[in-house]
Amino acid sequence: MTALLEVEDLRVAYGKVEAVKGISFSVEEGQAVTLIGTNGAGKTTTLHTLSGLLTPSGGRVRFAGQDLAGVPAHKVVALGLAHSPEGRHIFPRLTVEENLLLGAFLRKDADGIADDTERAYTLFPRLRERRIQPAGTLSGGEQQMLAMARALMCRPRLLMLDEPSMGLSPIMMKKIMATVAELKATGTTILLVEQNARAALSLADQAYVMETGRVVLSGSGERLLHDDSVRKAYLGEE
Amino acid sequence: MTFTDFLQLLTDGLVLGSMYGLIAVGYTMVYGILQIINFAHGEIFMLGGFGALFAYAWVPALHEISLWAALPVMLVVGVLVSVTAAVAAERFTYRPLRNAPRLAPLITAIGLSLFLQQVVFNFFTLPGESMGITAPVPFPQLDGGPLRLGGVTVSYAAILTLVVAAGAMTGLTYFVGRTRTGRAMQATAQDPKTARLMGIDTDRVIVVAFAVGAVLAAVACLTQGLRLGSISYNMGFIAGLKGFTAAVLGGIGNIRGAMLGGVVLGVAESLASGLLPHLPSLQMFGGSVWKDVWAFVILIVVLLIRPQGLLGERIADRA
Ligand SMILES: Nc1ncnc2c1ncn2[C@@H]1O[C@H](COP(=O)(O)OP(=O)(O)O)[C@@H](O)[C@H]1O
Ligand SMILES: [Mg+2]
Repeated sequence: MTALLEVEDLRVAYGKVEAVKGISFSVEEGQAVTLIGTNGAGKTTTLHTLSGLLTPSGGRVRFAGQDLAGVPAHKVVALGLAHSPEGRHIFPRLTVEENLLLGAFLRKDADGIADDTERAYTLFPRLRERRIQPAGTLSGGEQQMLAMARALMCRPRLLMLDEPSMGLSPIMMKKIMATVAELKATGTTILLVEQNARAALSLADQAYVMETGRVVLSGSGERLLHDDSVRKAYLGEE
Repeated sequence: MTFTDFLQLLTDGLVLGSMYGLIAVGYTMVYGILQIINFAHGEIFMLGGFGALFAYAWVPALHEISLWAALPVMLVVGVLVSVTAAVAAERFTYRPLRNAPRLAPLITAIGLSLFLQQVVFNFFTLPGESMGITAPVPFPQLDGGPLRLGGVTVSYAAILTLVVAAGAMTGLTYFVGRTRTGRAMQATAQDPKTARLMGIDTDRVIVVAFAVGAVLAAVACLTQGLRLGSISYNMGFIAGLKGFTAAVLGGIGNIRGAMLGGVVLGVAESLASGLLPHLPSLQMFGGSVWKDVWAFVILIVVLLIRPQGLLGERIADRA
């Protein structure tokens, strides 16, 4: 069986500076896979390349059996690859509901969209309360919920989350990570980038550790949680 | 100066300002998405008038019917010419420079302005005349004398301008706020990269912004031709400058602001040139000689008090 997402020797450069130096990993249907690593390791660059915002300088990406080379960003999402970007990037002057509907921009099934909007509000009741508020007036945690809910609105085959807990209070961080776990439990395939390595490894089936553009370690989330070098470098333990 | 005279100035200003607003929308929509000033927009405006006049001059059947009946045909041709020019300008000049330093598209726009002016100057031809134009070209006029409402005189062309501007703004508000493409446009203006992640083809959205601005500009030029009785190859310079001023005045990037800025500018200009001659110590500043100066005086004053423009948001508020 081939994986839903297969990344092979991917390289990405900003001008002459290579930020991703040949990484390989894969995500199987139904799995939660995490990329962890310090700031500047190349995780965001990797996700941007997968969703077509950046063009790779080498390597191959296959998603659902299709080679993504040359597929522009606005067509990647049509294949079922949704991306909740780092820093949330909600549309600040549109309402919460308008933001959600933009997540379903390519869909034509009004009934299905209405169902999924309802589902998003059930998942995040706070968003329902703030339906007609400009998204820019939401708190950081609420914006993160909106970014995730918006990404789900295209009924993705793979949901990519870039640092969903960044800049949140510990309580909000817990809540967001619990939602990620819930999504996984209900069958959503997830590629999660996190600096909160403990939370990410706890829920991941498979994990990859990145350092300066390379994958330096990989294994099941469980195994890496107990790996000595990971515990020292990323979990703050002696 | 009576109260009726004052109302007259106000009415004239409103008509003038509606037209400025129509032009301003084109600047503001493109700026809202690309953060560039399309300084060739004045020429896109001018081309709309020449397109309309060309259709009128070369289709004899249009002379047999009333000008009111001919107007839709003229409008369609004018709009087509403006939209074609604007879309071509985007595709072949602005898009290749999308990632160039800010100054490059600006200089390109100025070059494009001169180019478009010269194309009309050298190649626009009326039946029975040699190629090219030198002086302003007469524009067909609507029949029927001006209406008198109270003591205020309004021409049919002026009324048409107001009606068309109101209609265009209503349509535009609906388009941007309620349609799928309009929503895509707002998303692209607020966060272009993320808009692409939603599946929005932002290149297409940019083309639509240029095209919509061109439609309104062509409409504006047609009304100016009808009101003033002539059009000229270089009319886009002042009109473009006024439209740009209106856009900045209203808060560049904000569509309602563009219309408001246009109206404020038109009314202020009309009042300044009409009222000042009646003020003993200021009369030297009145009249049409100073008319174009007031636009910029107002702009400077408003920007000193409210740098973001009347309806604009401070840059810090933008994501
Ligand atoms: N837009 C950019 N232009 C140039 N270099 C960049 C850009 N974005 C990121 N980088 C560089 O690429 C490397 C990887 O960054 P990034 O992918 O954001 O890492 P991470 O998400 O793992 O923190 C870093 O060295 C960063 O400085
Ligand atoms: Mg990052």
